[in-house]
Amino acid sequence: MNKVPRQDVADAAPRSLSDRLLRWESILVVMLVAVIVGNTAISPYFLDIYNLSDATYNFSEKAIVALAMALLILVRDIDLSVAAIIALASLAIGLAAQAGAGLPVLLLIGPLVGAACGAFNGFLVTRIALPAIVVTIGTMSLYRGLAQVVLGDKAITQYPKDLAAIGQSYLIKWPPLPYSFVIFLGLAAIFAVVLHKTAFGRKLYAIGNNPVAARFSGIPVERIRFMLFVLTGTLAGLAAVLLTARIGSTRPNIALGWELEIITAVILGGVSIAGGSGTIPGVVLAVFILGLATFGLSLVNVPGIVISVLLGLLLIFSIAMPIVVRRLMKSRAT
Amino acid sequence: MTKTTRRQTLQLFTAGAFLGLAPGMLSTPARAEGKRIAMVVKNLGNSYFDACAKGATEAATEVGGFEIIYTASTKATAEEQIAVIDALIAQKVDGIIVSANDADALVPVGKKAMERGIKVISFDSAIGQEGRIMHLNASSTPLIGAKQVQMIAKTLGGKGEVAILSAASTMTNQNSWIEAMKEEWKKPEYKDMPLVATVYGDDQDDKSYREMQGLAKAYPNLKGVISPTTIGIRSGAKAIIDGGLVGKVFITGLGLPSEMKDAVLKGACDSFAIWNPVDYGYSSTQIMINILNGAEAGAGSVVKMGRMGETKIGDDGQAAMGDPFTFDKSNVEEFAKIF
Repeated sequence: MNKVPRQDVADAAPRSLSDRLLRWESILVVMLVAVIVGNTAISPYFLDIYNLSDATYNFSEKAIVALAMALLILVRDIDLSVAAIIALASLAIGLAAQAGAGLPVLLLIGPLVGAACGAFNGFLVTRIALPAIVVTIGTMSLYRGLAQVVLGDKAITQYPKDLAAIGQSYLIKWPPLPYSFVIFLGLAAIFAVVLHKTAFGRKLYAIGNNPVAARFSGIPVERIRFMLFVLTGTLAGLAAVLLTARIGSTRPNIALGWELEIITAVILGGVSIAGGSGTIPGVVLAVFILGLATFGLSLVNVPGIVISVLLGLLLIFSIAMPIVVRRLMKSRAT
Repeated sequence: MTKTTRRQTLQLFTAGAFLGLAPGMLSTPARAEGKRIAMVVKNLGNSYFDACAKGATEAATEVGGFEIIYTASTKATAEEQIAVIDALIAQKVDGIIVSANDADALVPVGKKAMERGIKVISFDSAIGQEGRIMHLNASSTPLIGAKQVQMIAKTLGGKGEVAILSAASTMTNQNSWIEAMKEEWKKPEYKDMPLVATVYGDDQDDKSYREMQGLAKAYPNLKGVISPTTIGIRSGAKAIIDGGLVGKVFITGLGLPSEMKDAVLKGACDSFAIWNPVDYGYSSTQIMINILNGAEAGAGSVVKMGRMGETKIGDDGQAAMGDPFTFDKSNVEEFAKIF
């Protein structure tokens, strides 16, 4: 019997050289380098600071939500309603803008609506004890449905100029960094410190590995899970602010299908869908790999459908490869 | 399209093979001379847009020295289309011809392209005025709207309930055609032909089919359906044939002869209209080529469209290619071979 615990929770991450090289993050770094080198080889326009900066526009909003989604998946939950939350929050921003609200209100209302949506998800999951996947499939239809009912066949397109400036101009002129990208980097740093350097972060791993044992160790499992749902909703609301500011238009199909792209980044980042393992640097690397690979392929005008196929293959390959390698090594050992 | 894809797959493999040599290739020279025009449509795999792209290639070949990049996003949303246009701006293409998924959301990216010296025009579905130089309509919106109401009135003899089967509620062109239909509908000769419902099939075959079935159930006295979308009309016609409603309910609207041939011959559709999408892609590309060669395309100027003649740009920066063309039993088989 070679049955081993699903996760070994060591006091600290392994430090030996071979452990470091075999870490998922190291493989992701290699993949990222390959993507960058490959893109540079196929397109002369890839390594251009303004082009790369523009490319970040198209993945930063998803990346922000991916950070919170990573924590949620780490504790064995999932939120499929994030894209629908973005639609509903964008609608709230649009209605506020129509009512003549100023910039501070417009910036706040998105995260607030997102937090409320997240709290509703969290309530159903932790209080009523329903499976997260079922709850959020339901609220995915509910939240987007609400946006569709209110908007009908109309769109909200009148947004103040100062909001558009946040979505369409650079926060820092040189190197040119858009607001959304800077916010993503800042949040990623905070998430990394909290998850990897604080007791709270260790608690999340404990819940993900064994919620029952975590509860008996005095960790308020349900409260933390609820908080993570609220956090995910809030960041989806923040993403809605940035997206609405960028495209200056709210339609019922806004951010359609983003939930799967966000979850793809989290899984490729090495967060186990079964919970209990994964790192923020991994997710950040995965976000860059997916974002830059998509951008590079669009630079040589590979059709979007083909890009989806390639990214799907990349995901399956990268998930399957370590498992196959581990199995081969194990069978050789016995 | 397949040809490009294959070449690009090849490029990818070459890229993989050259990974080791990449540092030496960092200074790849710019593309060969010859100007590049990108045609960005709503979605790929749509025979209507494929026909437009064929016309674009025809215009580029006719003039010479221009390359056409035909592309679109996977999902027909604004943010996906913006990402595609961002990539085209990054490649420094010379001109972009867009059929917009969202008129307003594409304005900022259109402006950005123009700030960087790229000429932007729209066709099929317009970008907001500040985001493009001009927009070419296939025909004029009032003519298209009126034409469809006239066709169904002719089929029904001006009597009976009529419904509209549209694509998505977010599409600029669909909504403006429906507005134009309603305008025509106000005339007294249509007083016995009320509009009872407008439903949306999202330009998906299965959804349009189900919406058509739903209409027939919800309105037992329904006599006619107008579907101003090629996918809606072909799926609606199929639902009429499958549901045994031929002779009871007639569909009309904007369709492709190759897809509507059976429906016309079986009697589910009496007549339908469309402009020739090959001509449409051709004319848009001709205009773009002329703009790139220095032609004036502001309000009030006249632009040339090669074999399609010329058109005058109105005060709103829009121009029309020509009148819609009617297809029925007499000519559908002949045109089905073309598009």
